[in-house]
Amino acid sequence: MSYLDKSALKVVGTRPVRPDGVEKVIGRANFGADMVMPGMLWGKVLRSPHAHARIRSINTARAAALPGVRAVITADDFPPIASEEAFVGEGPMNFRDLSYNCIARGKVLYDGHAVAAVAATSPAIAEEALDLIAVDYEVLPHVIDVEDAMKADAPVLHDDLFTQGVDPKPTKPSNIAKRIGFNKGDIATGWKEAEVTIERRYTTQPVHQGYIEPHACVVAVGADGQCTIWSSSQGQFMVRAYCAKLLGVDIANIRAMPAEIGGGFGGKTLIYLEPLAMALSRKSGRPVKIVMNREEVFRGTGPAAGSVIEVKLGAKKDGRLVAAELLLKYQAGAFPGSPVGPGCMCAFAMYDIPHVSIVGYDVVSNRPKVAAYRAPGAPNSSFGVESCMDELARQMNIDPLHLREINAAKDGTKAAHGPTWSNIGYLETVQAAQANAHLSHKLGSNQGRGVASGFWFNIGGESSAACHINEDGTATVVEGCPDIGGSRASMAMMAAEVLGIPYERVRPIVADTASVGFSFLTGGSRVTFATGMAVTQAAEKVVVELKKRAAMIWDISPDAVDWKDGKAYPAGPNAGSFEPLSLQEIALKAGRTGGPISAEVTINAQGAGAGWATHICDVEVDSETGRVKILRYTAIQDVGRAIHPSYVEGQIQGGVTQGIGWALNEEYIYDKDGRLENPGFLDYRVPVASDLPMIDAVMLEIPNPRHPFGAKGVGEVPIVPPMAAVANAIFDATGIRMRDLPMSPPKLRAALDAEAPPPRLAAE
Amino acid sequence: MSKHHVTTTINGEPVEYLCEAQQTMLDVLRDELNLTGSKEGCGSGDCGACTVIVDGNIVCSCLMLGVEAEGKTITTVEGIAEGDKLHPVQQKFLEHAALQCGFCTPGFIVAAKALLDENKNPTEEETRYWLAGNLCRCTGYDKIIRAVLDAAALMRGEAGAV
Amino acid sequence: MPRVSYTAPATVDDAVKALAGAAGLAKVLSGGTDLLVQLKSGRLKPDLIVDTKRIPGMIGIREEGDYFVIGAATPGVLISAHQPLEHAYPGIVEGVDLIGSQQIQGRCTIAGNLCNASPAADSVPPVIAARARAVVAGPGGRREVPVEEIVTGPGRTSLQKGEFVVEFKIPLPKPRQSDAYLRFIPRTEMDIAVVGCAVNVTLDESGACTDARVVLGAVAPTQVIVAGAAEALRGHKLDEDTLQRLDSAAQAACHPITDKRGTIEYRTKVAGVLARRAAAIAFDRAATRGATIAGAV
Repeated sequence: MSYLDKSALKVVGTRPVRPDGVEKVIGRANFGADMVMPGMLWGKVLRSPHAHARIRSINTARAAALPGVRAVITADDFPPIASEEAFVGEGPMNFRDLSYNCIARGKVLYDGHAVAAVAATSPAIAEEALDLIAVDYEVLPHVIDVEDAMKADAPVLHDDLFTQGVDPKPTKPSNIAKRIGFNKGDIATGWKEAEVTIERRYTTQPVHQGYIEPHACVVAVGADGQCTIWSSSQGQFMVRAYCAKLLGVDIANIRAMPAEIGGGFGGKTLIYLEPLAMALSRKSGRPVKIVMNREEVFRGTGPAAGSVIEVKLGAKKDGRLVAAELLLKYQAGAFPGSPVGPGCMCAFAMYDIPHVSIVGYDVVSNRPKVAAYRAPGAPNSSFGVESCMDELARQMNIDPLHLREINAAKDGTKAAHGPTWSNIGYLETVQAAQANAHLSHKLGSNQGRGVASGFWFNIGGESSAACHINEDGTATVVEGCPDIGGSRASMAMMAAEVLGIPYERVRPIVADTASVGFSFLTGGSRVTFATGMAVTQAAEKVVVELKKRAAMIWDISPDAVDWKDGKAYPAGPNAGSFEPLSLQEIALKAGRTGGPISAEVTINAQGAGAGWATHICDVEVDSETGRVKILRYTAIQDVGRAIHPSYVEGQIQGGVTQGIGWALNEEYIYDKDGRLENPGFLDYRVPVASDLPMIDAVMLEIPNPRHPFGAKGVGEVPIVPPMAAVANAIFDATGIRMRDLPMSPPKLRAALDAEAPPPRLAAE
Repeated sequence: MSKHHVTTTINGEPVEYLCEAQQTMLDVLRDELNLTGSKEGCGSGDCGACTVIVDGNIVCSCLMLGVEAEGKTITTVEGIAEGDKLHPVQQKFLEHAALQCGFCTPGFIVAAKALLDENKNPTEEETRYWLAGNLCRCTGYDKIIRAVLDAAALMRGEAGAV
Repeated sequence: MPRVSYTAPATVDDAVKALAGAAGLAKVLSGGTDLLVQLKSGRLKPDLIVDTKRIPGMIGIREEGDYFVIGAATPGVLISAHQPLEHAYPGIVEGVDLIGSQQIQGRCTIAGNLCNASPAADSVPPVIAARARAVVAGPGGRREVPVEEIVTGPGRTSLQKGEFVVEFKIPLPKPRQSDAYLRFIPRTEMDIAVVGCAVNVTLDESGACTDARVVLGAVAPTQVIVAGAAEALRGHKLDEDTLQRLDSAAQAACHPITDKRGTIEYRTKVAGVLARRAAAIAFDRAATRGATIAGAV
């Protein structure tokens, strides 16, 4: 069934209180670190102080002898694993690499790489035990920067890493894991046709997802090998699959329980602690809890890739783009698997360009392995392309929004990476920006305005959901995707709409791996689309059953029953004359009409609608200090259908704010020895409340016909445009083009001085 | 090293506990008293997720030792509602969808409640600066600020201010 | 956090005894907002923590003769709420108020900010600019020293084993004397100062400066009293020329490092910027004896 007609909706599109809300405002919700088990031990992880070193030996004897210590583990406690691509998390991952990332084997590859772990009867004892573990390191030369890592004489991280995607296959290992390319049309023709060209280079630093909840888990392994994992992650089925592989146990022997998750943004689509806790529990025979501290989160878990972005654009004199070239170099961290692929694909997705050539490199270096972060890969390449579009617009004296309007991809446009678009709302976001009242606000001195656009694929995939009708006519919805930003409310709303009962009579839960069918993780902006589709279908199956039961009670054919507003009606005068039967009445009689009423649906959802956005940002620049203040921000996005508009706005506002942090102050800073210098929220500077204005989220509802309610993923594209929007606004305010992120005060002041040294400060 | 005996008042109840000197107030709340509403996001006073009220002032419980609670009066997020009646700040957080993951929420609730105890009519700017010690990575703060301002309006007896 | 012992003496003498008699490293706990962070990170592994907050007089502000006396364990919230102090030295209150978040304000103290011996401490420049003195108790009794003599380098103080700061004495201001403190941080809150600058001036009736102290933070191993800056101001009104010379003097006094918070060039330039901006506020306040609170830069 389709519910695309918004005017017929009673629940979807309203803004009810989320079902897990009260627990969260009174402090009762249980997150990863809140779980306790009887007899539980405390685990702590020893981490490498070196960026790159060979482990000659690890002596754990003194730690193991400390009273209160019950287990000490190293890589020797894990089975060696063959190289095998995993399709479990959001980004590319190899089971062997993941195992080595969780605990170093032979070499440490970055500052913060785990080398051993202990379990003890108290956190203080566990910490003392870490000091007693003696690791003999042979420190090796290291490499941090992506282009340094690509050089022929760079220290090589992996002896068996040969660049994929080049012909002939290299004979020597290197840090370049992969070269990929996308082509459309004929780029040489494009350059011949171009009347105006521009070529620019941009760079970005790695940034962390910055979820406020550090990674945490409690794991209990029984003597029979059965294991319960309680942890905070973006997918309990992901946790189960990875742990089974890394510890060499059957999936059926692991039950993974989803804790409430305190933010992830992609950073919890892989695991770090669970295998360690599992090995410690197996060794000690006791449940083991491990909670990271913030420093461990920064040093040991995945940031987003830093990158080099080289863009070349060619246009006709009227502004029509005819050629575009892109070269991307993305940091993968210590193991292959940067999001350079999506970076390539997203860069020009907004535009209809006949001739395109894109090349991307995936490069390892002595940094933590990158993890997915909101539209992984897209923010980097889009910072380059959207900045370059602004530079082109200014060079050609064309309004930046108009330049985007005349080049906008539309239904039928073939993207450089292959697909032909349908039901896309990009042009609408540009036109909505042109019509937005934001543009009529006058700017003062030292103030400027910038615009930028963004794209993210959004995905579907495997989801399961069940809908159970309770004896009193209420409903329970069971699903398998951790609720990271209010998705339970959306699930309950879609079920309530289908069942025709009030939202408050539907209670959703996120179930453990033994209590609902397989569900791919929460990521790719897929949950409202794919799991929402499964929930909708489960509720629809229940409605079919409810009609059948009503037909049985009335002794008519099920085809002669209609379902409306939570009641069964005879489908017309010919069906007979009966008083409508409510869901509640049918539920009460379920035992006598065939038993419990419930349905489970498992799907592999296809047809996710892509996300498109155009943002407008106003800034004020303090030219003496280089500080940038965000004055006003408007984010316009094609959201398909906003199931719960408040949480859609929230995704947009949150994504924009992360993007502003990425633009202005967030970065990983390494010293000359390759040690992270800012592993805390003091010097890793995420935006605070006083840094920001209200963020105006404008939702354009262009329904996705492949989803029963028209939903498109909304969570990721909001982080794509802000970096360029801010940079373009800074240029507008100062005439200074910032091509290196973050655009922090010292950098901006230096750029301003390079352009025109203020006479006042010349004396020295 | 022997444990310290501490007598204090938490959420209106007299409480006694034993703790080791190096245990923070947050450790005591979470690990000894099962008050896990206060969260540890950083352990360094930078995120505010562990915010509690001590003798009328908000503090990061991760930067206070458990032994220092002797004779103090402490309110945690578990003590903000009165029975099953939510505080206006809690109610407005729900109505404005001012939480996504909910992990920072306890700290924000406690800090915002303390703000409104002190300032019945804060401006948006005052609210943003007061809450600058509470990090939220999900919401961009927009709905949080609206919720707090709306709670202030509700507490002043005005309706639907934001 | 590693295991440690704790004591909360009731008198200054008992505190001195505990600190002096400790077998290993003993640390004073007042607000704890730096100490606990260092304990947790393992940068500091003391054997004993001496909590001074139970000692009468350690918390509170009083006027005694020609001085404000601020107990060393007085938290930021009490300092900000003290109207006579705020009226007399708005710059000191600004400096204290800029230490961390509202949560940190519930605990942080000037003594802790000083004895943590970070060149970037926000409350220290305005306190030095006000010519405050620290009262130090120790095994040899009490001594009084100018505040600028406490910090000797990053993480190092002139305090001897068994000594701790008991209180600060700040002279009551003269007529037409006022101050201001500004710092630069990348965000609007929650950062450590990249540069801090306190300006304390006394004006004559014509508005010309008769006395001045300019103190910079985060541009050298300790806070810097910029003699040249005071000279630039003395005898002058705040005209463009004076501002220019102030700026140059402030820049000339900088010996910063390049680190994760800023470069040498940047810190030096911004020191000049802040000196000018803080002087403008201080002159304005001194002229009007206004007591309004200005925020960060």
